[in-house]
Amino acid sequence: MNNGKPETKNEEKILKVENLKVHFPIRKGLLSRPVGYVYAVDGVSFDLKKGETLGIVGESGCGKTTAGMAVMNLNPPTDGDVWWKGKKMADMTPSQMRALRRDMQLIFQDPYSSLNPRMTVNQILADPMEVHGMYKGEKRKERIDYLMETVGLSPEQGTRYPHEFSGGQRQRIGIARSLALSPSLIIGDEPVSALDVSIQAQIINLLMNLKSEFDLSMIIISHDLAVVEYLCDRIIVMYLGKIIESASYASLYNDAKHPYTQALLSAVPVPDPLREKNRIILQGDVPSPIDPPSGCRFHTRCPRKMEICEKNEPAMKEFDKGHTAACHLY
Amino acid sequence: MELLKVNNLKTCFFSRKGTAKAVDGVTYSLNSGEVLGIVGESGCGKSVTAQSIMGIVPNPPGMIVGGEILFDGQDLVKLSPKQMRLIRGNRIAMIFQEPMTSLNPVFTIGDQISEMFVLHRKYTQKQAMEASIDMLARVQIPSPHKRVHEFPHQLSGGMRQRAMIAMALSCDPEILIADEPTTALDVTVQAQILDLMIRLKEDFGTAVQVITHDMGVIAEMADRIVVMYAGRVLEEANTIEMFQNTLHPYTQGLLKSIPLLGSRTAGKYRKLTEIKGMIPSLYSLPEGCKFCDRCPHVMELCRKQEPQLFHADNGHSVRCWLHSGEK
Repeated sequence: MNNGKPETKNEEKILKVENLKVHFPIRKGLLSRPVGYVYAVDGVSFDLKKGETLGIVGESGCGKTTAGMAVMNLNPPTDGDVWWKGKKMADMTPSQMRALRRDMQLIFQDPYSSLNPRMTVNQILADPMEVHGMYKGEKRKERIDYLMETVGLSPEQGTRYPHEFSGGQRQRIGIARSLALSPSLIIGDEPVSALDVSIQAQIINLLMNLKSEFDLSMIIISHDLAVVEYLCDRIIVMYLGKIIESASYASLYNDAKHPYTQALLSAVPVPDPLREKNRIILQGDVPSPIDPPSGCRFHTRCPRKMEICEKNEPAMKEFDKGHTAACHLY
Repeated sequence: MELLKVNNLKTCFFSRKGTAKAVDGVTYSLNSGEVLGIVGESGCGKSVTAQSIMGIVPNPPGMIVGGEILFDGQDLVKLSPKQMRLIRGNRIAMIFQEPMTSLNPVFTIGDQISEMFVLHRKYTQKQAMEASIDMLARVQIPSPHKRVHEFPHQLSGGMRQRAMIAMALSCDPEILIADEPTTALDVTVQAQILDLMIRLKEDFGTAVQVITHDMGVIAEMADRIVVMYAGRVLEEANTIEMFQNTLHPYTQGLLKSIPLLGSRTAGKYRKLTEIKGMIPSLYSLPEGCKFCDRCPHVMELCRKQEPQLFHADNGHSVRCWLHSGEK
């Protein structure tokens, strides 16, 4: 496995996101006219290389899940472009879109609500193949058994229903379903945060094994910085719908530039009672994305705020190779 | 000084599937002024222990079937509901995990905090409201005069948890039980709340029992740690001893399975060691040691007979046959 070095076998970018915006209208009144917008994702750009794992971190309401969903076109972008393997997603025909959906799959957070309780595991795993007309006849059962073994379940358990499994096993079923159509990109939305500590490790290890086995690209959306550090090659930090810092995992953890990233990293409780605590405690809460602060969106909570921060929005600056941050300090 | 002693507590839940022994012979004590951490995964009985102390085990289906909870010379298990009401909230208070569901949505924050003063301190409504504003200020809620008249849905998650803490501390309790106080919060807000709780604990001199599954939170807050699994105490030690000289295979596994922030960057990249298998169902526990099916050091003896709590050096005790020589 990779020993701390990002795995970049080739530089082919499979996904490119440019100035992505997702605004949700707030409708009121008889004619349900929009009276305002929730600026959930407000100008986000990133790309993903083949075989790379990208982490998107941030607190609740920062737009990380909405960004992930917009990449899959599950909530259509208000503005901006998503390019998948060189093709613009907005220009795709419905049949091209179907092929794309086969290629991108999701793993959900809650293994309890994301599996249909009335279907057996075999039916759950057969469903995507049925929809896309793949692995017909004999091959389908073979494929299901193979998937079950891949995620560490026994094929005999296929006739059971989701409620007969524990949380960790259900998450394995969810992962098996996402692998059913051999996708090239998997988006995991908080894939381990609903699980117990001892089960979390099992799923993290499983995801890492699958990634190298199937040469997958992954986007991991999470609020847990330690999990993201473990799984990802490159990490994006979001705050109120914008990317404020983006770097390889190593330069982000060693040399975080943005005060928000620094505070976020220092806030994580570390299971070591002797470690010195020099914690940056941010005041207040994340402001509402309906009416985001002017200038730098973080200025209301920033411990190193300057006058310019209230007026001008900072531009992305590049520090080392691939390490960018948007802050007036630099 | 020993403030609270839980002695061989047994709490069971009776359902159609059978009897679930959620807490099965738990013994520990809480000393004045200390922070005791109780760690464990879901279903280990950590919350039910707290509910038993507070006398709020849902009945039916739950019931305390044995043991005693000694507080100030009385056994809380034997108290009448009326006597218990004088203690609950007043001398032993509790903070819950989800501040949205544990606050009443149809009353203002002020109404809910002042109820404590009216009930336990016999304040008038007006005095109680003023005292509530004071409490909100002490937990650092901005503009408490305004916030006191707001409803829970108007506050953010962090502020709701502050309001809960204000309510719990309003009668200056001797013991504060915090059940997963920061689990539902974002990391930056979690840092605020942990900081606040440590500071208030010093100010009020309250003994705190914090229940969590997060080893990080426990390491930062607790003076002493009790590790629970399947309704039992598996290991108990002071915090530094627990982390430096972990004895029970379950605690060792738990610590090794957590991704540590910064360890990959520091080059200490390792595959996470997983604890194999899953948490056993309370309806079908293994016969001997409850951890035997998942333990990497399992011996024949473990499957047959459950170990008792052996006492090692430095006030460390552990329920494992590997340490049976240590008396």
